[in-house]
Amino acid sequence: MEITVEAIVFLVFSAITLGGALQVVLTRNLFHAALYLMLSLFGVAGLFVLLTAPFLAGAQVVIYIGAITILIIFAIMLTPQVTRVLKVHHTQWPVALALAALLFVGLVWTQTPLADELGADGWSADFTVEDPADVPADSLTDLGKSLVDPERYMLPFEAASLLLMAALIGAVLLVNRPDDNPDAEAAPAAGARPDQSG
Amino acid sequence: MVPLWMYLVVAAGLFCIGLFGVLTRRNAIAILMSIELMLNAVNINLVAFWRYQTPDKIGGQVFAAFVFVVAAAEAVVGLALILAIYRRRRTVIAEDVDMLKW
Repeated sequence: MEITVEAIVFLVFSAITLGGALQVVLTRNLFHAALYLMLSLFGVAGLFVLLTAPFLAGAQVVIYIGAITILIIFAIMLTPQVTRVLKVHHTQWPVALALAALLFVGLVWTQTPLADELGADGWSADFTVEDPADVPADSLTDLGKSLVDPERYMLPFEAASLLLMAALIGAVLLVNRPDDNPDAEAAPAAGARPDQSG
Repeated sequence: MVPLWMYLVVAAGLFCIGLFGVLTRRNAIAILMSIELMLNAVNINLVAFWRYQTPDKIGGQVFAAFVFVVAAAEAVVGLALILAIYRRRRTVIAEDVDMLKW
């Protein structure tokens, strides 16, 4: 494979994605982790553009970067104990590292031509496609139509809207705090509660 | 284009980083962020397979869009749970919330 502009762009976006993800997992300050999460998700949006899925790239920027990470930052701000935590990781982190590394090696072993090159037959799936067919020009129209077509994805679409509605109501119910809370004795001190519901 | 397995390797790396975060981070919000990373790895895989194997059918993109919806719902409910726990227990450290542990 010769080095093309597309390959360089792919490498740059991959590096942004994976580097940002590593920082999310490793960094001590939770607020910085949220910002690195934004960076990583932006890299994923770039990969979507490379895969000629511009709608998904836009949705990634709007939904993930614009909504979910902002929501996470709100939650971080509302739970202020970031700086007091001495250890950010479990004491058993080497086990988790070994597990994740094992999974990664297994995935790479089966998904890439690596096993074939090393002489082990029958391991690698044939994922070496380099020249896929072109995406039809009306794929975005097709995406929109397929979501409202009863023959295709209308039922999952309605189920998804129901799920969003349920999540909305559930979140409101969970965070809503009536004034006469019968479980108030579970809190350490009634006077210590900051009154910032809303 | 770049061969398909390169996208799969990036997605596998992202998924494993997210898995490591879920297993090791102590802060519940950080665990939620790692779950978002794993969902994004799945999305990369879905879109890459759509692009390379069946670009004429739109199913892969539709599936990825549904993952967006589920991720948004999951983040909302998860953060609401964390805020509710924080109000009661003054903590967001996952292992401090062990009332159900026998």
